[in-house]
Amino acid sequence: MIPVPYYLVISAVLFITGAIGVLIRRNALIMLMSLELMLNAVNLSFVAYARMLNDTGGHVIVFLNIAVAAAEAVVGLAILLTIFRNRETVNIDHLNLMRH
Amino acid sequence: MEVPALLEGTAALLPHVAVLVTGLVVLVLDLFLPPRGRWATEATSLVGLALAFACALCQAGGEPRTVFMGMAAVDGLGTFFNAVFVLIAALTVLLSAPYVRRENIRPGEYYALMLFATLGFMFVGSSSDLVMMFLAIETFSMATYILAGLLRDTPRSLESAFKYFMLGSFSSAFFLYGIATVYGALGTTNLVALSQAMSAEGTSPLLLMGMGLLIVGLGFKVAVVPFHMWAPDVYEGAPTAVTAFMTAGPKAAAFAALLRVFAQGFGAPAFSEEWVPIFAVLAALTMLLGNIVAIVQQSVKRMLAYSSIAHAGYAFVALVAHNAAGAGSILYYLVAYAFMSLGAFTVLMIVARRDDQRHAFDDYAGLGVTNPALAAIMSLFMFALAGFPPTAGFAGKFYVFSAAAQSGYYVLAVIGVLTSVMSVVYYARVVILMYMHEPDADAPRIRLAPTSMAALGVTVFGVLYLGIFPGGVMHLAARSVAFLFPG
Repeated sequence: MIPVPYYLVISAVLFITGAIGVLIRRNALIMLMSLELMLNAVNLSFVAYARMLNDTGGHVIVFLNIAVAAAEAVVGLAILLTIFRNRETVNIDHLNLMRH
Repeated sequence: MEVPALLEGTAALLPHVAVLVTGLVVLVLDLFLPPRGRWATEATSLVGLALAFACALCQAGGEPRTVFMGMAAVDGLGTFFNAVFVLIAALTVLLSAPYVRRENIRPGEYYALMLFATLGFMFVGSSSDLVMMFLAIETFSMATYILAGLLRDTPRSLESAFKYFMLGSFSSAFFLYGIATVYGALGTTNLVALSQAMSAEGTSPLLLMGMGLLIVGLGFKVAVVPFHMWAPDVYEGAPTAVTAFMTAGPKAAAFAALLRVFAQGFGAPAFSEEWVPIFAVLAALTMLLGNIVAIVQQSVKRMLAYSSIAHAGYAFVALVAHNAAGAGSILYYLVAYAFMSLGAFTVLMIVARRDDQRHAFDDYAGLGVTNPALAAIMSLFMFALAGFPPTAGFAGKFYVFSAAAQSGYYVLAVIGVLTSVMSVVYYARVVILMYMHEPDADAPRIRLAPTSMAALGVTVFGVLYLGIFPGGVMHLAARSVAFLFPG
């Protein structure tokens, strides 16, 4: 069996990858995907810890997180779609109306 | 779960249920209303909020307990925050009514989202489990993301919504990772069980990492420096009525979360010595940067956005104090700030006129001549935000800084006082423009709707009442947090 810390390390790596993606990518869709990666990395940690602690609570939390991630994707895509209709771009460098 | 326990839990959360039902009713009601009957959504929201307020008051004074298997807390802190959030929501309904008509926003979705956001705030204040808190934070965050982008044809509003969404979700992910790490370290997410488990096991690197992630997540939500980059853009681009709501509601909710997690969960001396120094640095940076950058702004709306960052810094000082007086003064400060900020943004909204454009300092020139009453009210809010007596701003800062001094954080108190003096520069600039400059002759006339007048009346009364008779509310606040610091 693969030891639990391996999963925790993978989860940390995924989370950091997601965070870097949000910070450096300029395409809003990729940023959205990176966000989802961050949330799912956390889910992996929850499952790993739950397995380590022999506690079902952690598994249940994951289901709640999946629902939250879905809701977040819906809101994010809706905002993005409205922006695209308005500006015909999803590049965040063009979203600079407030930087005088 | 047994039926009696379910009923008991629901009864304990009646204020939340009232707000939820009101939101759903408003959402459905809007479908059946003719355009001229739109006042009914506002009336329904106000009635529902009044009911929720009454329910919240009925719960005051009971012993602290938890319902729904330790998920929700019914205690002084929760009750106080419930009342504050309902008040903020009611004031937002009043100040938004003319705005929603002027900018052609569908009232059904606007008020329903606002009520759902309020429900989220209330659940943050009442959560006694980290998972519950995450869900509550997401509830209000998602509603406010949409509210920020509600002006669908205005690029600025959309840009604000997108930035708010990105940074908000980014911070939520950190908060969630923090929960996972704390769960891994201690095997529970319940705040009461957490504090007991920690006292038994002591600190571990894993736990400290979890605490750090929670600080980052909540730091973004409160917009403390260095997690504040999103706030000015989001506050500037969002519809002004929504900005008013965002500076009062989500900010207070984030402080409720900080109090729950850090004062209640990680409150024991062995752990507070880990996070208090970090919070002290954040508070100092926030007060300094917020106030310095506010001075150079060209738009009153953006200036108030930085001012909101600075005020979060002052409230943070009370968190650093980590004593009963500090926790009480946070509650007091949040109420005072809610009145000042909602009031000031109401004036902004009125001065901006149609299309929500006029937010530059120059648009305030000569307001004292063209509209003396509005100028006087705006001056009151500016002096209150700067912390002049006899306003709520002065009493709030007095309580916060004396709590900090009580715990020996003299440096923070001094920074707080000095930056408050600095803040007079930009607040007074508005007042000077209003009274000592010529009005722009071409500007359209300002019309005051009755609901705006009601919102201004309540906020002016609140700012003066809290400033002249601070004792009553401060006493209530101190009693609400007494259970966090026994003995």
